[in-house]
Amino acid sequence: MEDNLLTIHNLRTSFRINGRFHRAVDGISLTIHRNEVLAIVGESGCGKSALALSIMGLHPPDQSAVEGSIDFQGRNLLQLSTSELNQIRGKKLAMIFQDPMTALHPLWKVGRQIEEPMKYHSMLSTKQRRQRTLELLKLVGIQKYKQVYQQYPHELSGGMRQRILIAIALACDPVLLVADEPTTALDVTVQAQILELMKELQRQSQTGILLITHDLGVVAEMADRVAVMYAGEIVELAPAEELFRHPRHPYTQSLFHSLPSSNERKQKLHAIEGIVPAIENLERAGCRFAPRIPWIAEKGHDAEPVLQEIAPGHFVRCSCYQHFYLPDGKEEKDVSAAAT
Amino acid sequence: MSLLQLRDVSVHYTKTGSFFKRKSAVIPVIAQLSLELRPGEIYGLVGESGCGKSTAAKAIIGLHQLSAGQIFFNGEDLSQLTRKARKQQMKEIQMIFQDPYSSLNPRKNVWNIIAEPLRNFEKLSKADELKKVQKLLQRVGLNEESVYQYPHQFSGGQRQRIGIARAMALQPQLLIADEPVSALDVSVQAQVLNFMKEIQEEFRLTMLFISHDLGVVRHLCDRIGIMYRGSVVEEGTVEDIFRRPQHLYTKRLLAAMPEMDPEKRQHKIKQRLQINEEFDRLADTFLDAELQQISDTHWARL
Amino acid sequence: MLTFIIKRTVLMIPQLLLLSILIFFLAKQMPGDAVTGAFMGKPNVSAEQMEKIREQHGLNDPWIVQYGRWIRDALHGDLGQSFVHKQPVTQLLAGRIENTIWLSVATLAVTYSLAIPLGMIAGRWTRSWADQLIVTYNYISFATPVFVFALLMLYVFGFLLNWFPSGGSVDIRITEGTPEYVLDKLKHLVLPVLSGSLLLTYSTVQYLRNEMIDTKMKDFVKTARAKGVPENAVYRNHILRHSIFPIAAFLGYEITGLIAGSVFIETIFSYPGLGRLFIDSIMTRDFTVVTALVLISGAAVIVGTMLSDIILRIADPRIRFG
Repeated sequence: MEDNLLTIHNLRTSFRINGRFHRAVDGISLTIHRNEVLAIVGESGCGKSALALSIMGLHPPDQSAVEGSIDFQGRNLLQLSTSELNQIRGKKLAMIFQDPMTALHPLWKVGRQIEEPMKYHSMLSTKQRRQRTLELLKLVGIQKYKQVYQQYPHELSGGMRQRILIAIALACDPVLLVADEPTTALDVTVQAQILELMKELQRQSQTGILLITHDLGVVAEMADRVAVMYAGEIVELAPAEELFRHPRHPYTQSLFHSLPSSNERKQKLHAIEGIVPAIENLERAGCRFAPRIPWIAEKGHDAEPVLQEIAPGHFVRCSCYQHFYLPDGKEEKDVSAAAT
Repeated sequence: MSLLQLRDVSVHYTKTGSFFKRKSAVIPVIAQLSLELRPGEIYGLVGESGCGKSTAAKAIIGLHQLSAGQIFFNGEDLSQLTRKARKQQMKEIQMIFQDPYSSLNPRKNVWNIIAEPLRNFEKLSKADELKKVQKLLQRVGLNEESVYQYPHQFSGGQRQRIGIARAMALQPQLLIADEPVSALDVSVQAQVLNFMKEIQEEFRLTMLFISHDLGVVRHLCDRIGIMYRGSVVEEGTVEDIFRRPQHLYTKRLLAAMPEMDPEKRQHKIKQRLQINEEFDRLADTFLDAELQQISDTHWARL
Repeated sequence: MLTFIIKRTVLMIPQLLLLSILIFFLAKQMPGDAVTGAFMGKPNVSAEQMEKIREQHGLNDPWIVQYGRWIRDALHGDLGQSFVHKQPVTQLLAGRIENTIWLSVATLAVTYSLAIPLGMIAGRWTRSWADQLIVTYNYISFATPVFVFALLMLYVFGFLLNWFPSGGSVDIRITEGTPEYVLDKLKHLVLPVLSGSLLLTYSTVQYLRNEMIDTKMKDFVKTARAKGVPENAVYRNHILRHSIFPIAAFLGYEITGLIAGSVFIETIFSYPGLGRLFIDSIMTRDFTVVTALVLISGAAVIVGTMLSDIILRIADPRIRFG
């Protein structure tokens, strides 16, 4: 397709733990289109951040291995040298990090931090860079932009810092933005503002956004398409509205049912049994979610589950979704069973 | 009668002057905060970071000096009590914290962690103590054998259970929970919330549940206080707050909650913009507003 | 900033005062005094005569009077009379201070210009062969006593190879002020400076290495990489900038090490500086000289700490506004 921005094929990212490599991202294939917000949603340890850092080439090379291919504007990012990658990072491909408190250099003034990518990626003069930086600060909704330009990060609130991280990412007009939990550290009202800002900027510039988050609310606000990750794999991929209306995979359904807002008040929330397996002892064969829905018979799962398209653009891994039901009667047992 | 009552409580930090600058600045953190908790209810205290909700909790358990106001527990003014009587009252108030990773001493095993409050207040033989700790562990859904394990051997949700077991060891009347599920994933959060509800019902516990998450508060609490800049600006039942919010700040918080229903989203976005605009315009005016009773259960500063 | 420097300078006064009282008492506690030292081994001086001299010099007055007198004179630039050398202490110190300052500045300069690159290499390429080599050197230099190493240097380069002069600060046959004079002074500095700085590097190297390894993991470094900043610039502008300033905090501490080291080094290389004078004066119980020297070194440490504070404040905006 013409408007493919980024195509990930069979991405496998492994980390070295006690001398052995274990896969945190296990065979992910995805395409992000122009002018699209694709959300990756999942709980801690599902591999979503590892995926984001793999795209940006930010894993320490001695502790990790990234295989597969990530095609961006006709080049496989995984084949590039660091200096070739540096021609792309911060320019056409930018990233917004989770924690605005730590993602800015504590000893640099805000202005210099925003100007830095322009220094490496553009022909702008010092004066032009300054001009552009002030414009960017205005663009991300900072009223006192001239003052903020001169300030240090510790003088600013979390919301302001997140705006500055966005300004840094936008400095060289990227075509794709990777945002790793961009609002997790923020208050609800600030979150709403930042999400609104990101949407607004995205509409203006037609940038593609890969949004990594654990928060289904954020997904609902932002995403055009959603990929749900569990244990290193995508278990469900669908247009956002479709996913929120008809979640299919047992994990997606369970997630929705464990949200306080989707339950009746004071009712017991649905709690997923057991815990997310650590990547060292993850069962690699069969349906990885099966151990957490033991009431579904073993024959209900595929032997080698793959993503299958069940409606236009709606993919689900493993056919266990066809037999899935929530165990209404056994919740009493849930609590104690879940803890062991 | 109320179990806990805060009457016009103020706490401020004094930024002490340096060796050369004697003048010190007074920074109010909570100002004239009034609250009342009835026995057996779950009261949700909601607000954004820096609104003073955690400071209020610390003031209740005596970690902050009050600069004005009184705190009554079981009808007694805590500041008037003798040291000994105060200690006895403190036994009845226990607290659990946001971060189960840092609120448990990593060098103590589960037995020692849970037994710590017991040792402060009750003289038990070693065998009785172990029996009691094991019973508590069982109650919070953990294996009895885990008494010899250390916090790092547990997952986040399990650690929060250990924290709850420790808080429950003395069978307190009041449990203060400061953002107990904020650091947890949704599915784990569901486990812990279910379990807290169970405990609360079983022990007829009164709970002060501090949170920034309106969804969680709506689910768990009976009454809600919305805190803004150091004081409660609106209070009411869950119905009152979610169906008939009166204060502009409450409306703003509600509007900021992400909307998952695709049908309602457009409406919500419009509402959000409108309220934000109104909020920016009026934000300075409502701070000195008067208390207004809206119904028996519902009041706001308007 | 200026007010901070002034404040910080004013704060030094009580520190120095306390130091001077402490030193005065410690000196008084030393067995024997200047009189015993001066006439030691001279049996023709009787105890009565020594007592008389003590009385003359006010050595029998109450301590507060003696201290008051000493501090008043010191403020007037009079540190008393050396009993051994029979000349004012100030005069005695004059030439040697200059030598010691040269030695210290050169040692510090060489220490830092060795330690910072080494720390950077070790911190950047952790676990590489270069890092392992540097860490090994670090352990060795940490464990080696300075007097053993200085003697070894003296033996190898001074006697066996005869590359550098083995004593003194300058050849007395060369006239002062000529280029040869300066060159010769430098030549005399080489061995003492190397003996000191090769061992002094370890704390800076170790600290910089750890600090860089720490900083490498920080989120803002990830931000820098995500901006497409070239790897060298990531280290130079982001990581080093963040790692190097805590080292400034160690300046005061470095100076302490330097002073302790200079006692050995100046003695071994017969370098006419304060360190050697210090040892000589202790040996001869030259009370006034010892007191003056300890006061000077104590003051140097206090000034060093102040410099650290000021550098930190200039470098770190979080402290500046804190």
